[in-house]
Parts: sequence; C-alpha cells; structure tokens
Amino acid sequence: MALLQTEHLDMRFGGLAALSNLNLSVPEGGLYGLIGPNGAGKTTVFNLVSGFLKPTGGRILWNGRDITGEPPHRLTELGIARTFQNMRLFGELSVLDNILVGFHCRGRATWGEAVLRLPRYRREERTCRSRGLALLTEVGLADAADHPAGKLPYGHQRRLEIARALATGPRFLLLDEPAAGLNPQETQDLIFFIRGIKERYDLSILIIEHNLRLVMGLCRHLTVLDHGLTIAAGDPVDIQKNPAVIRAYLGSEQ
Amino acid sequence: MRLLNNVAIFITLAVAYNLVNGVCGQLHLGPNAFITLGAYTAALLTMTPAEKTLNFIITPLYWPLGQIALPFPLALLAGGLVAAAFGLVTGFPVFRVRGDYLAIVTLGFGEVVRVLANNFQGLTNGPLGLKGLYPYTNLWWSWGVAVVAVAVVVSLVNSSYGRAMQAIREDETAAKASGINTFRHLLLAYILSAFFFGVGGGLLAHLITTISPSLFTFFLTFNLLIIIVVGGLGSTTGAVLAAAFFTLAGEWLRVVEEPAAIFGFTIPGIPGMRMVILSLGLLLVIIFCRLGLLGRREFTWEGLSRLLRRGWSAPAPGSGAK
Repeated sequence: MALLQTEHLDMRFGGLAALSNLNLSVPEGGLYGLIGPNGAGKTTVFNLVSGFLKPTGGRILWNGRDITGEPPHRLTELGIARTFQNMRLFGELSVLDNILVGFHCRGRATWGEAVLRLPRYRREERTCRSRGLALLTEVGLADAADHPAGKLPYGHQRRLEIARALATGPRFLLLDEPAAGLNPQETQDLIFFIRGIKERYDLSILIIEHNLRLVMGLCRHLTVLDHGLTIAAGDPVDIQKNPAVIRAYLGSEQ
Repeated sequence: MRLLNNVAIFITLAVAYNLVNGVCGQLHLGPNAFITLGAYTAALLTMTPAEKTLNFIITPLYWPLGQIALPFPLALLAGGLVAAAFGLVTGFPVFRVRGDYLAIVTLGFGEVVRVLANNFQGLTNGPLGLKGLYPYTNLWWSWGVAVVAVAVVVSLVNSSYGRAMQAIREDETAAKASGINTFRHLLLAYILSAFFFGVGGGLLAHLITTISPSLFTFFLTFNLLIIIVVGGLGSTTGAVLAAAFFTLAGEWLRVVEEPAAIFGFTIPGIPGMRMVILSLGLLLVIIFCRLGLLGRREFTWEGLSRLLRRGWSAPAPGSGAK
C-alpha cells in the first residue's frame, strides 16, 4: 500500500484551476520528484499535502487513511514534515532552539509540568537537547548551535531547515526546491546529504525541484505538472524523452 | 509605601502583558478589560454586606453578592479566575485573526467591558463606582504576587512551550509546519496573562480603595504598552525594569510641576510638565534604542559575572599580551 496517495486532487482559487485531478502515489521508502515550469502547481501540491490548503476536490490518503483537511500540526504529528521554497527559519532563535521547536510536538509534558520543572519535563528537555545536538553534528552545524539562525550563511540555513523538519520525527519528507540558490558543488553535496538522511531515518521523500541535475541524480520516479495538469509520470530517463515534457519546458515547434 | 505597591502591581501587569505581546508577538490591546474584571470581582467579594448597601443606593446589588464577604486572598484568586475565564471565552474569536485585526478585536473587548461596567448598575454600581474598599494591599501581597508572576512567566518562556511561542512570533507558518498547535499555545499565553491581569486588578482596587469604570480606560492599556516597548518587547527583565522606572518617574517628576526659583526667576508650577518630560524621555528611547532599552536580552547570573569580569579586566588589556 502507498504511504501517501492523492486521489483526483483538485484545487481551484476562484476561477483558476491551480491543480486538476492529481493522482500521486508515493510508496514507503520512495524518492519521488515533482517537476514542472513555474506556476505549474507544484507548491500547491505541497500546501495541500501538508495541510496549509484544503482541497476543493479529491482525497489525500495516509497509509490508506483519509487525512484530507487535517490541520498542519496534526499532519506533522502523523509524520509528514516539510520545508519551504523561501526558507522559513525562526530567525531570532538560536540554531539549537530551531531544532528544539521541532522536537516540541513529540513532548508529552504539559505546560504546568514545564513551568514547575517537574521530572518528566526535565527528562524530556534533556533528551531533546542531546538529540538536538546530535542532529546538528550530523548536518554539520554543531559549531553554530548558539548563533541566531537568521545570521547563518544561506547554504547552512537550507540545511538547518531540513534538520528542523527531521526533528519532528517524520516518515515522509516534503522538500520544496532544496537546491534553490546553491552552486553545482553544493548541489552535489545536497544529493549525498538527502540520500544519507533517507537511509538513516528510513524516510520517503517527495522533492520539488527545478534543478534537473539534482532530480535526475536522485529520484526514481518523476511526476511532471503543467498548468495544474499531470502531463507525464514515470522513470526519469523516459521523462527526459517525453515530447509533452519537452514542449512544456522549451515550447513547441510551430 | 503606596509607590512601592504600585511598582509591584505594574511589574505584574507588564510581565503578563509582555508574555502575549513580546514573546508571542501578538498585539493584544485589551488588558484593561481583564484588569477591570479582576478589580471588580475582588472588590465585590471583599466588601462587607454593610458597605455594599451603602454603595449601591440607586440599584441594589444582585443576590447573593450582597450577602457574602470573602477573605482577601480568595477574592484575589477569584478575580484572577474570572479574568482567565473571560480570556478563555474571548480567546476563541480573538485568535481567529492576526495582526491589526487581532489588535482591533482585543481593543473592542476592552471597550465592551468598560461600557458594561458603566451600565451594569446592579453589579458594578455604574459610573459611581465602588468606594470604601478596605486597603488590604500591602507590600507582602503586591510583591508576593509580582514575584510569583515573574517566576511563572520566566519559567514558561524558558521552557519548550516558551520556545514554541517565540517560534510563532518569528514565523507562524513554519511553526505550524513544525508541529506546533499555534492556537493552543497562543490561548495558553493569553489566558495566563489574563489571570495575572485579574489578580493585578484586584490588588490595584484594594490599593486605591475606590474604583470606577473611568479608571480602566484604554489609557491604562496604553501605559502598559509603553512600558513593555520601552523595556524591550520580549524581554521580561526589560518589562520589570521599565515598569519600576515608569511608576517611580511618574511620581518623582512631580517636582517639576511645583513652583521653583531658578537663577532668581520664579517659575510658577506648570501642571502637566512631568508628562512633557516623560514623553521626551520616551522619544529619546525610541530614537536611540529601537528595540527598547534591553532589546530581547535577559538578565542572567552568568551575564552579570561576565560583565563584572570584563569591568575588572578592562583596565589591563595590554598586561596579558606579549
């Protein structure tokens, strides 16, 4: 059974059909890509799957269970984490605190326990801190743990955002243009990084990306959107030869 | 004495206000509503039945409030709980909106409560207010409450819940994506601050012993807003210092309103002069420290020791270097 599946997903904003009849099925352990020209509806798919938008039609299934219309924080608790196209870090909080915010949704201590610093809260806070530091070491940001997140270099901010998503304990990770603004070397590092976390955290991943080098090097399955319609889906090699995809990206020969 | 009590009450109010405005970053403009509720609840509960009949000459007080009289601590607690209950009820509509809209909704609730207090004669005695409250508020009570309020707020802000609240302030969308139930966290901050507003209102009522709706206008909210902005939005230390400074400065500056002789000229007292000086001070703070006096910094013992060490070692920077 697919881990995440969309059935006839529709999203219209007034008269604009941002997405029509999307049928996407990501199996457990899949590394899927979502590509398409600007305005094709890729980010709309992410906003629907992560609960920031409610679809105007169709269903979203998580392990076969209908999760359409659940609020974002509930979906994060279920195990769907995401990053944003234009990074959204908590700029004035420290790098470590950004990670700890991600852990917060797994905490069981109530606010009363937190205020009174009762044992359960203290235990949770201790484990979160050590796990947070371990996570930072893994993504290579341990030295910057106490720096304000907004002051980090751009590439590090990108990695921190992924680390924060990992802190929420996801099974399914949505990456919205993780390579935007990275140079070829950094893109290569990112490919290794994404493969690494996928293995270690046993993740299924869906990536939106313009950078075809990254998508071709990483994904085993691509879905191509154009004007909200699915114009092709399948193996990256086949997609590259698909005339509809070439037309969408390069325009048709008259 | 009265001044020190005032300082403590304003510290309580400012620290609670800072929790919603500074830490969560929501512009809440209705603390006067909660202070009113706390003040009236506590006052109605401590007054003896005899005093109540003296006060309510136009419309009698609703039964059974006319008969009961509670000890001061219980009345304070009740004031806080009534304010918190009002927070729970208003929190649902308030946190459906954000930003300017949230400010307007909370401002509206502040006015609603004041107008109700003016017209609900059977409960509040209308514009006449309540007179002759016993001055229960002493330094023990006011400072005791202030210490509890500061301790609770500091502990909360430094916990994972406080971190989540700051995350909401920084970027609410990202906070939601990180699994934070933003509504519940905002409601928690809002209700907790409402509780302390209520208790602070009860203390205030039993300090000045006479309350009327005109005491709890938007002006009170505005003063609190000035205090937390000058102290540095988000800094509890700043809120405490600014609350103390403001209450004290307001009194000390009365000197400038008295007739004085400078260089042989006799200047008659100018009423309102202290307000002019206070606002000049405010202007300077806003011009020279955009984030308030403390920004988002907090007092820590490590910070203090670092400052002291730097102070001592500063005169000898060359001696250590080769």
